[in-house]
Amino acid sequence: MSPDVACTPLHALHLRHGGRMVPFAGYAMPVQYPAGLLKEHLHTRAQAGLFDVSHMGQIRLTPHSGDVDDVARALETLLPIDVLGLKSGRQRYGLLLDASGGIRDDLMVAHCGDSLVLVVNAANKVADEAHLRAHLADACTVTVLARALVALQGPGAEAALTRLAPEVAAMRFMDVRMLGLLGASAIVTRSGYTGEDGFEISIPEDKAEALAEALLADPAVLPIGLGARDSLRLEAGLCLHGNDIDPGTDPVEAGLSWAIPRVRRRGGVRAGGFPGAARILAALEDGPSRKRVGLRPEGPTPVRAGAPLFADETGTAVGQVTSGGFGPSLQAPIAMGYLPAALAAPGTRVFAEVRGKRLAVAVAALPFVPAGFKRA
Amino acid sequence: MRKFTDEHEWLDCTGEVATVGITTHAAEQLGDLVFIELPKVGAKLTKGEAAAVVESVKAASDVYAPVSGEVIAINEAAVTDPSSVGTDPQGAGWLYRIRLDDPASLDGLMDEAAYAEFAK
Repeated sequence: MSPDVACTPLHALHLRHGGRMVPFAGYAMPVQYPAGLLKEHLHTRAQAGLFDVSHMGQIRLTPHSGDVDDVARALETLLPIDVLGLKSGRQRYGLLLDASGGIRDDLMVAHCGDSLVLVVNAANKVADEAHLRAHLADACTVTVLARALVALQGPGAEAALTRLAPEVAAMRFMDVRMLGLLGASAIVTRSGYTGEDGFEISIPEDKAEALAEALLADPAVLPIGLGARDSLRLEAGLCLHGNDIDPGTDPVEAGLSWAIPRVRRRGGVRAGGFPGAARILAALEDGPSRKRVGLRPEGPTPVRAGAPLFADETGTAVGQVTSGGFGPSLQAPIAMGYLPAALAAPGTRVFAEVRGKRLAVAVAALPFVPAGFKRA
Repeated sequence: MRKFTDEHEWLDCTGEVATVGITTHAAEQLGDLVFIELPKVGAKLTKGEAAAVVESVKAASDVYAPVSGEVIAINEAAVTDPSSVGTDPQGAGWLYRIRLDDPASLDGLMDEAAYAEFAK
């Protein structure tokens, strides 16, 4: 790795476990381990996978007033979600918007009792921190947490983690708990990026390796690289910022309207008041002109990000593939992209251009693989 | 005898027919293969042009024609089960057979020792 690439607290562990390291968002990250992408992906859905996601940004917002409601109100000027109604011990998905309603980043917001903790994408964390400081300085301190973050995902995740902390068994999807893990103070959420049940664990950097090795000592848990992380989230129909969502896409066309609650929409008690509100609230009522869709190539050829989409075998491009590859759990190629609303109904047949040929592709409902969240 | 290219292909030559595949090194770098596209039997290939595609979960990689000639056979097993190429890329995982336009075109290619050095 070049000297410009940073290491996560688990770097030595990755090398010990045979991780193949690649630069990603300025960090040396394991794209796979000796098991390989297919086995790592399938193992996560069958048992449990452990992912190092320490490259992501963790940012704590602590209210000057001591009242988290004050930070929540301030944060609602940047996100089109219900932060004020977020209860202590709960987490919510959020979208950081720019003035035209485009998506600067997607993130999680957790209410940790005395503060809100945000988890943001690695590629955007420096810009996000600056943005939060510029807009929230009056309401709160903005602290970047120097902590490691690991994700334990899969149907076997609960069993593996309860061995270290029995209280996680009582957590439901999107719960947040502060608890002790191997004598360290951890922030644990029941959430993830794979479509499976699982946990994301924030831990002090100097305790990360011991925690990861303790989890990997469980025969059901394998280390999983970024390659499988991507195929897992694609099968789950989850957006990757920079591919499926970016400042050029708004939440409505991205299919993320569910994250905008009634209280922030027209007629709601706290309607609007976020960047791009006029455009977004209109799109919520009128419908977007284009939509993010799932795509299933009819043949075996994978269709990948950047491939143009066509309504028929001749004619000009009407859309584009934003993420694509192979779904190991489906044993078939899958993709996501944007199409005009009129072509976005599941079952619609469109064409993707791959190596100069137009291949038939069917619009498919998302997710491709049903979710396994522990909701009740 | 077996020859190698700087694009990580190998050729086994008998007379004017060569069997072509990707090297073990290339297969290891690519990881799990999920899709393989081979040239059509009868296709005329020019040295250096993309002849086949091997795809891993993450990316598509071109396999180039190491020599010019006509494709006389393809390995159907590689198409129906791409993982078979990863299992034995320099044996049962061969990709296609080509009748060379010019047997002398092999001369510029690397032998096993030179390739081993190149692939380090």
